[in-house]
Amino acid sequence: MADEALSAVQRSFRTRLDGWLERHAQVSVASIGRLYARPVATLMVWLVIGVALALPALLQVVVRNLEAVGPGQGRAYSIDVFLKPELGTARAQQVAERVGARDDVAKVQLITAEQGLAEFRLRSGFGEALDALTDNPLPATLVITPAPRATNPAALTALRTALGRLNEVDQVVADTQWLERLQALLAISRRISDGAGILLAVAVLLVVGQVVRGDIETRRAEIEVSKLLGASDGFVRRPFLYTGLWYGLGGGLVAWWLVVGAVAWAGPGVARVAALYGSDYQLLGLPMAGYFSLVATGAVLGWLGSGVAATWRLRQLEPSV
Amino acid sequence: MIRFEGVGKRYANGRDALVDATFHVNPGEMVFLTGHSGAGKSTLLKLIAAIERPTRGEVIVGRQKISELARAAVAPFRRHIGMVFQDHKLLYDRPVFDNVALPLVVDGVPRREIEKRVRAALDQVGLLGRESGFPMELSTGEQQRVGIARAVVSRPAILIADEPTGNLDPDLAIDVMGIFQRFNGVGTTVVIATHDVHLIERFPVRQLHLGQGRVLRDDPATVHGADHGG
Repeated sequence: MADEALSAVQRSFRTRLDGWLERHAQVSVASIGRLYARPVATLMVWLVIGVALALPALLQVVVRNLEAVGPGQGRAYSIDVFLKPELGTARAQQVAERVGARDDVAKVQLITAEQGLAEFRLRSGFGEALDALTDNPLPATLVITPAPRATNPAALTALRTALGRLNEVDQVVADTQWLERLQALLAISRRISDGAGILLAVAVLLVVGQVVRGDIETRRAEIEVSKLLGASDGFVRRPFLYTGLWYGLGGGLVAWWLVVGAVAWAGPGVARVAALYGSDYQLLGLPMAGYFSLVATGAVLGWLGSGVAATWRLRQLEPSV
Repeated sequence: MIRFEGVGKRYANGRDALVDATFHVNPGEMVFLTGHSGAGKSTLLKLIAAIERPTRGEVIVGRQKISELARAAVAPFRRHIGMVFQDHKLLYDRPVFDNVALPLVVDGVPRREIEKRVRAALDQVGLLGRESGFPMELSTGEQQRVGIARAVVSRPAILIADEPTGNLDPDLAIDVMGIFQRFNGVGTTVVIATHDVHLIERFPVRQLHLGQGRVLRDDPATVHGADHGG
């Protein structure tokens, strides 16, 4: 008895669910059909949304490449540590080993006083003047390459301070200023990219909202009749939500294509410039997740924009007989 | 089934469409609403379908007080009421099948069930086989019958019609009324607003005569008793 009642409930739930799924499938396909029926208008909407989404994405590409070019490119990331002149080579070796064991240090190169002098003699052309000196005036030097994770300004400052505190160390020289400037510029770029992203997301919402409003006007008769026949707000809104979703999804795909196209277009130029600097740097696009999130953002914005516009407009469209 | 108690309806422009309407329609009854245009017939039907709300008094349909109907409850409420309009209100860009199926689609009925019921409804109005045609290809009388099929396809308890024969010649009008009578015959409560006096005379049905926003006369069903109610 109870089982029968339960199975009846289950059956009716199944029937309802089937009806619901069927309706969604039917409505989503129908809304694609509607877009397909006016290809030029649909393409225009996709392009507008695509451009709006591609702009902040391209800014992100620029930021990403600056970040990639910035760190790890040699000299400025090395810290020169001058040891006290009275230390012998053996002590200098010990210090080098100790510093090399730090986990924020990737590499330590010891330049002993003798090596330093030899190099100086070779490069400076003061060879004879140096011969006149009885003592070697140059200290032993450690050329330190920080570990990659320690290349941000705060970590570098911390490393410098720690090195400066060592008893054997006379002076620490590192030019981290340009890095700080670069980091500040990158921070601004990121902010601009985020700000542009927000503004253009609002633009996408407005575009979708406006287009969907137009769609609603052209289907007014159908909406009014459906409402008279007992259609809920959700039922009436559903096709427009799907329309918005397809607009956003299509726009997101256009944005993907635009970003990939722009990277491919600018790539050879960047490679040529890099080659002139003796680098084999290749222009980076977005990571794969970035492209997917571009499309997902488009879809969400399309759904939201149409949802807001449709909810607002359909409330005003009470049937009049 | 339908109860009006001292109902008044004043529109935003200050016009009183109904002043003090009181009557009761029993389940399974068929009623003609008569009166001149502007007597309040359309307003009365709109109140039954919760398209308008009373500004005074109480409209009760089934057990539901229209004035207490929440916004979200209006849609499910309307699914219990079949409506036929003078101008049919068909969707002209959709085939007949889709038009008749709309109330079932709105109600979330599965497709195979829809097909059965749409065919049954079209059969009842004599339009079986015209599913794939478009409304524009049909005559006015046929369009009206599509409208009736759409109104009854969800087997509503109440069927209301506003001047359903207004655009039809007398023979077609009698035809259409016959269809309404058949639905009434299987227990549907039917309320038809009409000013077609000749038509009314042919059908021995209870008449509510409206004027100046009131029920001026309530003539019970005469002669051979088409009254199925109690």
